[in-house]
Amino acid sequence: MTETPSYNPRIHWFALVTCVATLGLIGVGGVVTSTGVGMAVPDWPNTYGYNMFFFPFSQWVGGILWEHSHRLFASGVGLLTLILCLWTFGRPARGALRWVLVPLSGGGALVSWKTGRFQDAAFLGGVCLVALAVSFVWPRCRPSRPLLKIMGVVALVGVIGQGILGGLRVTLFADQIGIIHAAIAQLFFVLLCGFTLVSSRWWSRLGQQSRPEKVSRVIGWGMGVLTLMVLFQLVLGASMRHQHAGLAVTEFPLVAYGKLWPATDEASIDKLNRERVDHREFEPITKNQILLHMAHRMMALSLFLAAGIWTWVCVRKEPKGHLVGSLMIVWFSMMCVQALLGAATVWSNKAADIATLHVVLGALTLALGALSSMIALRLAQTIPAGVSTSVSSYPDLASVAERPSAGVV
Amino acid sequence: MTKRSIKLVAGLVLGGVSMTLLGGDITGKVTLKGTPPKEKKLPLDPFCSKANKNAGSATTRFYVTDDNGGLAEVFVSLREVKGEFTAPSEPAVLDQVGCEYTPYILAAQTGQKIVVKNSDPVLHNVHPTPRVKGNSEYNKAQLPKGKDLDFTYNKAEKFLRFKCDVHPWMFAYVSLVDHPYFDVSGTDGSYTIKNVPPGEYVIEAIHRKAHAPKYVGLSQKITVTTDGGTADFVVDLTK
Repeated sequence: MTETPSYNPRIHWFALVTCVATLGLIGVGGVVTSTGVGMAVPDWPNTYGYNMFFFPFSQWVGGILWEHSHRLFASGVGLLTLILCLWTFGRPARGALRWVLVPLSGGGALVSWKTGRFQDAAFLGGVCLVALAVSFVWPRCRPSRPLLKIMGVVALVGVIGQGILGGLRVTLFADQIGIIHAAIAQLFFVLLCGFTLVSSRWWSRLGQQSRPEKVSRVIGWGMGVLTLMVLFQLVLGASMRHQHAGLAVTEFPLVAYGKLWPATDEASIDKLNRERVDHREFEPITKNQILLHMAHRMMALSLFLAAGIWTWVCVRKEPKGHLVGSLMIVWFSMMCVQALLGAATVWSNKAADIATLHVVLGALTLALGALSSMIALRLAQTIPAGVSTSVSSYPDLASVAERPSAGVV
Repeated sequence: MTKRSIKLVAGLVLGGVSMTLLGGDITGKVTLKGTPPKEKKLPLDPFCSKANKNAGSATTRFYVTDDNGGLAEVFVSLREVKGEFTAPSEPAVLDQVGCEYTPYILAAQTGQKIVVKNSDPVLHNVHPTPRVKGNSEYNKAQLPKGKDLDFTYNKAEKFLRFKCDVHPWMFAYVSLVDHPYFDVSGTDGSYTIKNVPPGEYVIEAIHRKAHAPKYVGLSQKITVTTDGGTADFVVDLTK
């Protein structure tokens, strides 16, 4: 017998908590890159030979503090994502806990014990016992909608993949993997934000017919294109950060000697490298890095103009106080603050706190863009009479909607 | 082994020894012209501040000069020296003292063991980041006053960077050449390259910052006799 998908407010709030934790994780990751301490813990998945959960607190010094915190924070987000994913499958997920997680962790504990890795054995044994105990009492709810289940599984695969990528970046000494790791982190955050939105009751109600907020589909697609531009901009930023070369262009808005565009001839770059004095002793700047930096600036300018125009279009086209117009104004304002933070990053010679704030706000800008696009496209949907994606489309949900606390864990 | 081959080997050994004995020393001084950029203060954390004797005044070491303009830490070596040279058995030593590498600039022969010590009461990671293909990158943990770490590189490389990521201001650079004719200028800018066989050479002085990033330094021709030779260099920052 198949179970009817059920609306569960607790999953929605839990997803929101996972989103906030992920944003924190992106922040800690930003500090790691901004302070240049990504390699402060040479081994992975261990930390200086310890199982990472047993690494003594007294040794959390210097760059280890941030890199190790990043790993622990990531483990926490991984756990939250695992819970979220299992939760979407409802009661049947108990089988996965009992027949997949318990044997895997139990087997791992045994192997670790036999090979003398007692800390790993203790950790995995603990996971095994907790998973087994939990599987008798949780989850108790019915499965979520297929879309949420898919999003949950993708998020789980994503967070595991991210962990492995982070580890490979350390063990393979590959900066390129760091760029991919940073870009996927942003996408993972957007996915969780999307999950949070789609799992809300508000999202279901948004699809109802005859809404006064209905907007043109073009508005939604336009916002989608802007979101892709933001994503591209974040990838450019990640590429700059993970080359560990510091600022390729050290002035803003003009560049060296009051010019609009920096010199990229060999003699000028050599001079630039000779004159750079910083305790971080960055790698020498190259021509490509200067061009990449300028591409990031040009992209920021393009985004500023495009988002400004689109905000104007949305506000003009839609009635005053319309949801999409308001979202667009907030999004554009966020982009303006982000541009200022970018400038502040240059003015402060890439101070770690400002650069990290720039990364975090970048993630929020991408997420808001993605959510706004989803909302605009949802509002643009033409729903045939008699068909609804609203709360009432689920037989059990109509009654649940009347009782907000009726979601079952 | 025949008598003839024994004679040949003995001749080669004697020849080699006599060449070494007859070799002269190249001496000289590197001076700095112009004003170098101001050094930056190191942001030592509380643990390192305790361990560092100059905690309040520890700075970067891009341009180290004396009162007479002598420029320290310049890598001076002969260029394109022909022959096969065995790496010395004694290691080149880098130490970590007060969360700074000592020395900042080191030179070694390819194949020579580079030993990294940790004299600090704090944990470090030793992370050489070579740029020449064939020299491998490592990242090794080193506990407080822990066991020495050994590294050996077989390809010549100028200023191979060693860094500590736990303390992101800690750097040292090791220049590797495939012959024994090199030195790093001392605090007064002077250097000595010992036992150079008589002949015509090109000698080069490279400063890590002034000649970055390609590390093409100042070079001049030099004739070395049994009395040695002299070559002075001026690193000009005014150009």
